[in-house]
Amino acid sequence: MTGAHLIRGAKPLGGDATDLLLRDGRIVEVGRGLSDADATVVDADGLVALPGLVDLHTHLREPGREDAETVATGTAAAALGGFTAVHAMANTDPVADTAGVVEQVWNLGREAGHCDVHPVGAVTVGLRGERLAELGAMADSAARVRVFSDDGKCVSDAVIMRRALEYVKAFDGVVAQHAQEPRLTENAQMNEGELSGVLGLCGWPAVAEEAIIARDALLAGHVGSRLHVCHVSTAGSVEIVRWAKQKGWDITAEVTPHHLLLTDELAATYDPIYKVNPPLRTAADVEALRDGLADGTIDIVATDHAPHPVEDKECEWAAAAFGMLGLETALSIAQHTMVDTGRLDWAGLADRMATRPARIGRIEGQGRGIAVGEPGNVTLYDPSATRIVDPTDSASLSRNTPYAGRELPGRVVATFLRGRPTVLDGKLA
Amino acid sequence: MDRHLLSAADLSRDDAALVLDTAEEMRSVADRPIKKLPTLRGRTVVNLFFEDSTRTRISFEVAAKRLSADTINFTAKGSSVSKGESFKDTALTLQAIGADAVVVRHHDSGAPHRLAHAGWIDGSVVNAGDGTHEHPTQALLDAFTMRRHLGDLKGRRIVIVGDVLHSRVARSNALLLSTLGAEVTLVGPPTLLPVGVETWPVEIGYDLDQALAKSDAVMMLRVQKERMNASYFPSAREYARRYGLDARRMALLPEHAFVLHPGPMNRGMEITADVADAARSLIVEQVANGVAIRMAVLYLLLSGAPASAQLQDDGDVDGLENDHDPAVVGATEEAAS
Repeated sequence: MTGAHLIRGAKPLGGDATDLLLRDGRIVEVGRGLSDADATVVDADGLVALPGLVDLHTHLREPGREDAETVATGTAAAALGGFTAVHAMANTDPVADTAGVVEQVWNLGREAGHCDVHPVGAVTVGLRGERLAELGAMADSAARVRVFSDDGKCVSDAVIMRRALEYVKAFDGVVAQHAQEPRLTENAQMNEGELSGVLGLCGWPAVAEEAIIARDALLAGHVGSRLHVCHVSTAGSVEIVRWAKQKGWDITAEVTPHHLLLTDELAATYDPIYKVNPPLRTAADVEALRDGLADGTIDIVATDHAPHPVEDKECEWAAAAFGMLGLETALSIAQHTMVDTGRLDWAGLADRMATRPARIGRIEGQGRGIAVGEPGNVTLYDPSATRIVDPTDSASLSRNTPYAGRELPGRVVATFLRGRPTVLDGKLA
Repeated sequence: MDRHLLSAADLSRDDAALVLDTAEEMRSVADRPIKKLPTLRGRTVVNLFFEDSTRTRISFEVAAKRLSADTINFTAKGSSVSKGESFKDTALTLQAIGADAVVVRHHDSGAPHRLAHAGWIDGSVVNAGDGTHEHPTQALLDAFTMRRHLGDLKGRRIVIVGDVLHSRVARSNALLLSTLGAEVTLVGPPTLLPVGVETWPVEIGYDLDQALAKSDAVMMLRVQKERMNASYFPSAREYARRYGLDARRMALLPEHAFVLHPGPMNRGMEITADVADAARSLIVEQVANGVAIRMAVLYLLLSGAPASAQLQDDGDVDGLENDHDPAVVGATEEAAS
C-alpha cells in the first residue's frame, strides 16, 4: 500500500525528541537514531508529535449545500488542521436521518481520503423534534453511527429526549445535545447582557442553554444513559456539567475554539462574521470555559466548523447565517488559549483534542498514543511558528473565519492517516 | 463631528451643542417666504428606506431640499433576502450613482453601521432608525424641542415612559440627554426594560405617578398592541392604566413641564387624546423641529466634504425615483457654520 515514513526528531506529546517509523498503517518503531533505507524521511526537528486530532463536531454541508462545503473540501481543511477524523453533523439537505444518507456521507469521506468521516445521525426525523429517526438502522449501517444529534436545533421535547437517551443504549450510542431552549431564544441574535440591550440585538440568554443542560443531565442520570453536550458556552453551563459529573452521571461536554477566545464585544461591529450559535459570551464565560477544559469538566475541544457562502455573511447582522470556520485554526487557538497560558501541556491537549473525542464517538483506532503498535495517526505541529490568518488560504470552500488578519501561533506541518501523509510541509500531500 | 451619524453616542457634548445651535439657524429658514438655502447644491442625498416611515422620510427629504441638495428616494421593502437584491448590492448601486450622503432606515439593528463600515460606499451615513437600536436625529430633535422650552438641559429631569426594550428612540434619547447633562428616568413594565439597563446612565422606575411629580418633561414611547400577545403585558387596558398618560397623570406634572411623543401615537394606549392635544404637548412642534435638526445634520456632515459626482441628468435609473431640483434663485444667504 503506502511506503514507510521515518519521522526524525519529533517530540511526542512535547516530550524528548525521538524518531518514529510508520509502516503498513502503524507506528512500528520509536527511538533515537532509527534508520530504514526504504522509508521517506520527514524532518521533524523541534516539532511536537500529537495523535491525529479528532473532531466531534464538523459541518461538511454535503449533501445539499455544496456551495458552502463538500466532504472533500471540508476534510481537506480538517487534514490541514491536523485532524485524522471528523464527525459530520446531520443538518444537511436531505437531513442525515436515514441509513442511506449516513452511508453516502461515509462513502464520500472514504473517496476523498483526507481523513476519516464519521457521520452523525439525526435524533429526530428531519430535525423536527417530533419523532425518533431510525437510530438503529444508522447504527447498523456501514457508517456505524454512534453519535446522534439534531445540532442546529435542540431536542427540546423532554419526552423525545428521554426516549432518545434510552434508545441509543442498545448500541452504545450517545445523544449530543444542542442545548437551546427554543422559546427563550426566538429571534435571538447575540449573548443577552449589557451589550445586547445597547446594540438593540435580541438576546440569547445563558439560561436558555443552562436550563436544557440541567434537564438533560437529570434525564441522563435518571435513565442511566450517555449524554454529550455540544458547544458549552457559559460559566453556568460549566458549573452544571461539573455538578452532573460529581453525581457520577455519564455526561461529557465540548467547547469550541472560538468560545475559548472571542467575546460578545465583537458584536458591536455588527459584522456577521462574529455571528455564531451559541453566541460569543463574556470574558468571564471565556475564563470559566478555559478553567473547565483544563480541569476536565469540559472533556473536549470541538470545532463546530460551520462554512457559509460569502453572501450569507456580507449582509445585515439579523439576515446573516450563524457559524464560523474552525478546522484549520482550532489547534492554534487551543495552543494560544490553553498551552501558552499554562493551563494544559501537550499531553493534556492531545487528550482533549484526540483521545477523549475518539472515546466519546466510540471510534477504534483514533486518539491513541504515540507508541509502537499504535495506528499511524500522527500530527506534526510547530508551536513556535506564527502566521497571519488569510481567509483565502483556506482549503474550505467558505471564507467565514473570524480570525482574518489575526496573528495566531503554531503551524501544522504534517498529518499522517494510518501511516499515509495527508499533509506534508503544511500542504495537502 | 464624525463623518457618519450612526448613534447618539457618536456625539460629544460639543458636537451635540453644535447641531442644536445650527438647527436654530436652520429653523429660521422655515419662516422665510422662500424656504431654501443653496448650501448643498450639487450634492446628492439618498433616502434609503427598508421600512415604511413616511414621517421620517418626508422630514429628511424636506431638509435636504431646503439645503438645495438633490434627493433620491430609494424604497426597498422587505428583507434583502426576500426582495432579491442584497444590502451590499444596493449599497454599491448608491455608490455608483454618487451618493454624498445616505439616510438609512432599516428594520435590522446595526444596518447603518454596516453600510458605513463595510467599505461599500464613500458617502456619509445617517441613521434614520435601525431596528431596535437607535434613532439619533429623533433624539436630537427631542433635545432641541425641550431646549427651546426649558433652556439648558443640564440638570433637567426627563422621564421616558414605555417600551424601552424595542425603542430606538429611547436608546438614542438616553444617550444624548445624559451627554447634555440631563437626568433621565426610564419608566415601564420590567418586561419592556432591556437586560443590562442598570448599566445605562439613567435611573429606572416602575411607578409612573412617582416619577412624574419631579419631572421637567415626559416623553411617551409608542407601544405596539401586538406586544401583549407576547405577554410583555397582560392587556392594552392594563398597560394604559399603569403606564399611559391621561389627564389625571398630566396633572401630577409640575406647571412648567411638557409632554413629548416621537409619533406615531396610539391614542388611548400610551397617551389619551386630551393629553396629546393639550397646550403643554409639544408633539406637533417636534415634527417641525425635525426638519431643522435634519438640515443641521446634513449640513454639518456634508458641507465640509469634497464635491463628488453629481447627477446632472435625469437619466432613468431602475428602481429609483429621481427628484432633481433646479437651483433656486434668490436664496443666497449662507447658513452660519
